[in-house]
Amino acid sequence: MEKYVINVNGKDREVSALQDMPLLWVLRDLLDMKGTKFGCGQALCGACTVHLDGEAVRSCSLPVSEVGTGKITTIEGLSEDGSHPLQKAWVEHIVPQCGYCQSGQIMNAAALLSRNPSPSESEIEAAMEGNLCRCGTYNRIKDAIVTASKSL
Amino acid sequence: MMPNLPFLKKKQPEDRSEIFRASRRDFLKIGSLAAGGLVLGVNFQCSGPKGELVTFAPNVFVSIGSDNLVTILAHRSEMGTGIRTSLPMIVADELGADWSKVKIVQAEGDESKYGNQNTDGSFSVRMFYEPMKKAGATARHMLMQAAAKEWGVDVAECDTENSHVVLKGGSKKIPFGDLVAQIQTMELPKAEDVPMKDFSSYKLVGKDIPIYDVKDIATGNAVFGADVNLPNMLIAVVQRSPVVGAKVVSYNDEKALAIPGVKKVVKIEGPGLPAGLDKPLEGVAVLAENTWAAIKGSRELEIEWDLGPNQSYDSAVQLEEMVKSTTSNGTAKRERGNFSQAKSSSGKVIEKTYLAPFYAHSTIEPPAAIADVKADGSVEVWAPSQHPQWARDAVSAALGIDVSKVKMNVTLLGGGFGRKSKPDFVAEAALLSKAAGVPVRVQWTRECDLHHDYYHSHSAQRIVATLDGSGNLTGWNHHTVFPAIGSGLDAAPPSDGELDLGCRDFPYEVPNIRIESHETTAHTRIGWLRSVSNIHHAFAICTMLDEIAETKGVDPVDQALQLLGEDKNLTFAGEMVGDYGNYGEKIEDFPWSTARMKKVIETVAEKSNWKSNLAAGKAVGFAAHKSFLTYVACVVMVEKDANGNLVIPEVHYAVDCGIPVNTDRVRSQFEGGAQFATSLATTSAITLENGRVKQNNFDTYQIIRMSQAPKKIHVHIIPSMEKPTGVGEPPVPPFIPALANAVYKLTGKRNYQLPFQV
Repeated sequence: MEKYVINVNGKDREVSALQDMPLLWVLRDLLDMKGTKFGCGQALCGACTVHLDGEAVRSCSLPVSEVGTGKITTIEGLSEDGSHPLQKAWVEHIVPQCGYCQSGQIMNAAALLSRNPSPSESEIEAAMEGNLCRCGTYNRIKDAIVTASKSL
Repeated sequence: MMPNLPFLKKKQPEDRSEIFRASRRDFLKIGSLAAGGLVLGVNFQCSGPKGELVTFAPNVFVSIGSDNLVTILAHRSEMGTGIRTSLPMIVADELGADWSKVKIVQAEGDESKYGNQNTDGSFSVRMFYEPMKKAGATARHMLMQAAAKEWGVDVAECDTENSHVVLKGGSKKIPFGDLVAQIQTMELPKAEDVPMKDFSSYKLVGKDIPIYDVKDIATGNAVFGADVNLPNMLIAVVQRSPVVGAKVVSYNDEKALAIPGVKKVVKIEGPGLPAGLDKPLEGVAVLAENTWAAIKGSRELEIEWDLGPNQSYDSAVQLEEMVKSTTSNGTAKRERGNFSQAKSSSGKVIEKTYLAPFYAHSTIEPPAAIADVKADGSVEVWAPSQHPQWARDAVSAALGIDVSKVKMNVTLLGGGFGRKSKPDFVAEAALLSKAAGVPVRVQWTRECDLHHDYYHSHSAQRIVATLDGSGNLTGWNHHTVFPAIGSGLDAAPPSDGELDLGCRDFPYEVPNIRIESHETTAHTRIGWLRSVSNIHHAFAICTMLDEIAETKGVDPVDQALQLLGEDKNLTFAGEMVGDYGNYGEKIEDFPWSTARMKKVIETVAEKSNWKSNLAAGKAVGFAAHKSFLTYVACVVMVEKDANGNLVIPEVHYAVDCGIPVNTDRVRSQFEGGAQFATSLATTSAITLENGRVKQNNFDTYQIIRMSQAPKKIHVHIIPSMEKPTGVGEPPVPPFIPALANAVYKLTGKRNYQLPFQV
């Protein structure tokens, strides 16, 4: 077990973990932050997406030892009150069905919009390709990203 | 053989429900209630196992607090259909509640209190529309009586809106909360004295209403199965029998226990064979302080298995055997006219064989459950369960305790699709908490989920269609075979319930019909997946109809309308061998209406411009299929992109589901259904070799990604005042053949096997 100090949503947090423990389980089990979800453990579904220095990463496959001084943002830290344009657009379009994959979808979309504020449909599809939704909310996710991009 | 399929509604319609006053204590158990509130429940009278009337009490559905807060209980599980919003909407609308001041509380699993909570089979709205209306209307009537007394007017002068009683004309109004003291001692009105609102006055029902949890989901605050955290809880990851029926001979846990954080290793005793639908598989669990240590520990287990009789099973071999069996005589399950005669005198025979694979549910939330077995032997459970009562029973059986000692909390479900009706994972958590003496969360990995699911059966079907010299369809002979739900090593045919899902209820006017089933065995756990055997039945029937239309040189939409014939209600009387199930409803209450079917077909043809000329490189396909008492027709457009990949630019659905309760959720179920069906049609398949599932994760068991989803999905809801029916499952079956028929027109190659190659 090693001690790590990682910066999550602007706060330094000290955790004691095996060095290969994925960030996902650090967040969920050690810091009791349950907004980030487990889906596959192999970076194949995107449910666990968070930001590392603004880039979307799959926290299920990022060992805590590799986080270093990078700044982590989770769904809980995307906005204080659900006021991020994507969160508002998600509500406006009533995107979720079961809702389980949506934290990861929103975090992935937020990273997309921060590097490309007005993506085309094919750019959205390419950027979101790693985030699975079994209920089938892809159309509304796309629409919500377009709506959010217009309010940026 | 399963005598009853749990996903089919087994109880009679709840039209004998009664409203009663519940004690405040009952309600306090499940949620917050301001002092002095009104609490109303609905007594459901249902038919019991022997047809006798059974009253469920006391189930509590609506309360009004002196703070004017209306609290409504959601007793069905939320897995993405929106039911947690739709049923409370009905209560709130009848009541005249301010929807923004309604609180929804999830009921715990307790059939004695809440009646049927099995959220499956697309029957929640069908079963509870009327009782929810009555609950809201009764509370409204009492509030209006109290206000009328205070104002010295007739109750007919009163109305309700925005959680106030108002005097018609608008001169006076009073908040609900100010009236609860008066109505606490008021006698309950007789059901016949309670007026129901006219549909046209509804402000919620029939409209687009956002789901209750949307903000929590968008901010990461919604609580799913694995999100409950208890002090001192251990996390369990289990290595389960790699082949169904395998037993542990011995295991070495030395390396697992050496992983920092691993606390305990516990063997779970499985039933062997038959594996059953509600019992954990045999396995060895690693319990650790965190999930990662448990995952690592489970990988380090060394287990010697006695693999048992399923170790040589190969699904491809069985599929070949099933195909062969469809060429022999099966057991007749429906007979009209004389098919053999029709065949011998026919001008043309079209004979095709259709194959479909095993499918896994692959909910993005893998199964997870939490149990806390207390020192007194009672247990509290939290789980994303579609069928909380079955889960409660399974926990009670696993621990050998009375069911009253099991408190069953229901979280949100990260997808269900039938998987989370099975309580095996919930029983695992209970067994492990008992063994460890602390709360335990059992966490399935994706690999666990894909290897140990209750799969949708693979299937073989052969359809023989005969045409006379003028091209009329004279004969229809449908052979179907697939491992039945809950079946095992003893050969069995599909149950009548499975055959009634889109096979025996073939609605078309063909003078000679013979439906035959064949026996086979099951070597893995067979369950039900969204739409169940409608999936493969609709694929075979609706692509065969397309092929027949092509052979005849007629338009497939025109053909479907013509084959449905005059407006009439089908009963299949005298043709079925054994009773026709009709999804658990009497055929008189929910008739099979050719008029409603034709209406959805005509609507989808019109809205999709079916007969218009398409741009080069595009093609459209059509299919119509009724399932779960909901009428659906579908047109799918396809093209190929520059790289030769299939693209679905547009889908049109027409649906008649009776009264649509939340139109936005009707549409979202169809949007999602089209995407779910695209996976079944083009990307997903489970195969087994040496008794083991070959697919491990989303790289090998693929479901569609955003770029593969249909680009535009138009859902045309037929305005209707018929009894409401469900929409969770009906979108899936017709989409697959509509897509297959479109792909055929695009490529000139027919696909007879799912998932198909383009």
